Amino acid sequence: MKATVLVRPKQGILDPQGEATRGALQKLGFRVEATRVGRVFDLEVATSDPGEAKAEIKRMCEQLLANPLIESFEIELAT
Amino acid sequence: MSEPRPRIAVVSFPGSLDDHDAVWALSALGADAVAVWHAEPALPAGTTAVVLPGGFSYGDYLRCGAIARFSPVMHKVVEFAEAGGLVLGICNGFQILSEAGLVPGVLRQNRSLSFICRDVTLRVERTDTPFTSRCEPQQRLQIPIKNNEGCWFADDETVTRLEASGQIVLRYHGEDPSGSVMAIAGVCNEAGNVMGLMPHPEHAVDPLLGSGDGALILASLVDAARERTLAALAA
Repeated sequence: MKATVLVRPKQGILDPQGEATRGALQKLGFRVEATRVGRVFDLEVATSDPGEAKAEIKRMCEQLLANPLIESFEIELAT
Repeated sequence: MSEPRPRIAVVSFPGSLDDHDAVWALSALGADAVAVWHAEPALPAGTTAVVLPGGFSYGDYLRCGAIARFSPVMHKVVEFAEAGGLVLGICNGFQILSEAGLVPGVLRQNRSLSFICRDVTLRVERTDTPFTSRCEPQQRLQIPIKNNEGCWFADDETVTRLEASGQIVLRYHGEDPSGSVMAIAGVCNEAGNVMGLMPHPEHAVDPLLGSGDGALILASLVDAARERTLAALAA
């Protein structure tokens, strides 16, 4: 089954990439007050059981896809 | 030069750049330095220290060091470190050590968002480590950095703990080029046998190359590795 993982810099963690992007958006005239840059993983896992898929993807995030010191993650299963 | 030459393994990952310089510098400073391919299932017999060199292992994909930490030989490096073995991570090697949880904190993109390549001045905060024993307290060292992700970060609670336990070994003196928390350039684990630093001592072992200060760090490691080799021979 398919799933999407969103990895974000944790709240309170300085995000220089997001700051630079916000500055660029403001220079273009957009009225943006904050920008945070994260990462998206589109996964296709070898199971059709949602519970099993979510548990396995959670382990993927903890071991490799996110660094728990600085990043949070969210898992969305395709329905 | 005092004998024996202790065996120091320098791990080459796909994308490592500074493994040859590290082998050359450690050899010049009296070590039996050997390059070890990351896919090896074990460290060479008689290894008394391991160096993880700089570079861009696995193209820095995902996060710097995040993939290299799962290389086959890294399982052995983790076991070696946990058993008290000496491990030094330089630049990308520091990033790999932090991703592997062997040293505290994490290396993030420089606050300037720029790749920085130039000499920096470091201040030695501790001289009672296997990596700084040849330095004087508070000695200033001139050593180059060359990185894009050299901004060391940990939360306030961790930093307070590290300060109290004396795990902050090197700080940037004067300007902090990367924007690290508390200007931290090098940290060790609680036991003091594993250290990571962003500057490149292997590029500063001869005044002809601009500075010989890096030799103080690498020669400290060679001294400590030699002591362990002698202890093993005597046992």
